[in-house]
Amino acid sequence: MMKSNHTLNVMLTVYVILIFMFIFAPIIFSMIFSFNSQRFPTIPLGHFSTEWYQKILADPDVWDAARNSLIVSSCTAAVATFLGFCTAYSDYRYNFRFKGPYLALILLPPTIPLIIMALAMLAWFSKIGMSGQIYSIIIAHSVLTAPFAMAVIRLRLSQMDPDLEAAAWNLGGSEWATMRHVIIPFCKPAIFSGLFLTAAVSFDEFAVSWFVSGLNKTLPVMILEIVQGNIDPQVNAIGTFVFFISMTLVVLAQIFFASRQMKSF
Amino acid sequence: MSDALVIFDKVQKKFGKFVAVKELSFEIYEGEFLAIMGPSGCGKTTTLRMLAGLEAPSFGEIHLKGKVMNDVPPHERDTPLVWQSLALFPFLSTRENVEFGLKMRGVGKAERKERALKWLDKVGILDFADREISTLSGGQKQRVALARSLVMEPQILLLDEPLSALDAHLVIRMQAVLTNLQRELGITFVYVTHSQSEAFAMADRVVIMDEGEIAQIGKPKDIYREPANQFVAEFVGRNNILSGTVASFERSTALISTSSGSFTVPTNSVQLTKGQNTSFVISADLVHISLEKPASINAVYCKLISEEFVGSMVTLFLEGAEGSRI
Repeated sequence: MMKSNHTLNVMLTVYVILIFMFIFAPIIFSMIFSFNSQRFPTIPLGHFSTEWYQKILADPDVWDAARNSLIVSSCTAAVATFLGFCTAYSDYRYNFRFKGPYLALILLPPTIPLIIMALAMLAWFSKIGMSGQIYSIIIAHSVLTAPFAMAVIRLRLSQMDPDLEAAAWNLGGSEWATMRHVIIPFCKPAIFSGLFLTAAVSFDEFAVSWFVSGLNKTLPVMILEIVQGNIDPQVNAIGTFVFFISMTLVVLAQIFFASRQMKSF
Repeated sequence: MSDALVIFDKVQKKFGKFVAVKELSFEIYEGEFLAIMGPSGCGKTTTLRMLAGLEAPSFGEIHLKGKVMNDVPPHERDTPLVWQSLALFPFLSTRENVEFGLKMRGVGKAERKERALKWLDKVGILDFADREISTLSGGQKQRVALARSLVMEPQILLLDEPLSALDAHLVIRMQAVLTNLQRELGITFVYVTHSQSEAFAMADRVVIMDEGEIAQIGKPKDIYREPANQFVAEFVGRNNILSGTVASFERSTALISTSSGSFTVPTNSVQLTKGQNTSFVISADLVHISLEKPASINAVYCKLISEEFVGSMVTLFLEGAEGSRI
């Protein structure tokens, strides 16, 4: 019995390692090649070099794209988390007719194929004369990511004692004061988690950005354009950079997510 | 004790078609400890929530200090409530929880702290002022909840089954804390509970509710000695409830024949007619059991079936004539 358990454990461990290898191998290869002196991704490797990093750091286009990405993802995070909080709270607080369809509609965007979403966004934005601007990407990304923020915040609200809000009113807090001093502090970990999560999704997002960005390229869009032109290890360098930013954001989101679960009782 | 602080005037509450409270009229006097008691679903918590402004009455008026309160939002009333779930703010420390109401009322930081500490001391948990709520025990949380409401120094304090989550020995201790505080402060306490022992141990007056209506209001002793009807008698845990018809009556007594025999019962100014169906209670402490047939009236011959032993009391199950059980 013990022995079969042991074999099972070994097999499971190997299985998990394989899965992680499968997921991370491409990224790791990309990282390795970003430090490779040779132009083409071949083995054997050349010598260690930071040439490609120096190149992208000297390229004003890359800086522009990075700046765009940063603006887009931080604005998107703020807008999407605000929208997510509002919908989550309206779901928590109120009961109304058609609440089921209301929630379904809000949760819909991530289920729509990105390319269709992107095309629709482009068509709509150009019709109302808002395409090709940096705020077009922010709007499109907010629509896309708000459901993530809402899901996280809604989960947090569901852990709240339903009497808590009424208790604050009972102690003399108006509805706004209660929102400020009770609901938002209670949801704070989820709000931060939502901010980082939506920022990460927006920072990575390619399809919608590519369609609606016009000349305001974000980093993922830029990567594609370089790849389309020629083979250039700069892509690996930019990719590594994007990967670390996204991972940092996701890890931060997870930290807040975990801290609130420990604190809730 | 004579001024009515709160008046419920024909108050009704409906949730859709369900009537939670039907035509409730009663008064709460200044400085009294009033318990509202009844089985779950009798409308007692709804009554309390209406007083706090968390539910609006469908009909009727609630007066507080002579003012109609129907349209006053909860945060403008001074009716702090101690919640069954406690509803403490988990992201605040003990002291910050107690300060919350004062903060909402715009009291300055230094005064807030001073008053919060004073009340934490009064309820005996000053040492825990800077602790996180989640690190406190059930009894300590209970005290925080109490201090959080009392720090507002209200004229009336509402309590919604505050002790229901505590262990039996803690309940007794908290009962003493509550009654002492109430006497010391002279604040009106309105205490909702389903526990007969809590209500009778602490309250000056008890309102017993059944299906949204008042079944009886009175002092605990009076309710115990003279339950208004069979529901009250059963609810307050009285045994020896006998039903029968009125065979004859005199000025102050009636002869009631039951399936267990005939009894002469004081009527206590209850209007009776001959042949009427009625029921009455024989207080357990007034029952004598003997093997010889006594000469006095109100004696029945019984067979002992079983006994149940609870602490200092023994409940005997007896079978009378014709198989009726007592």
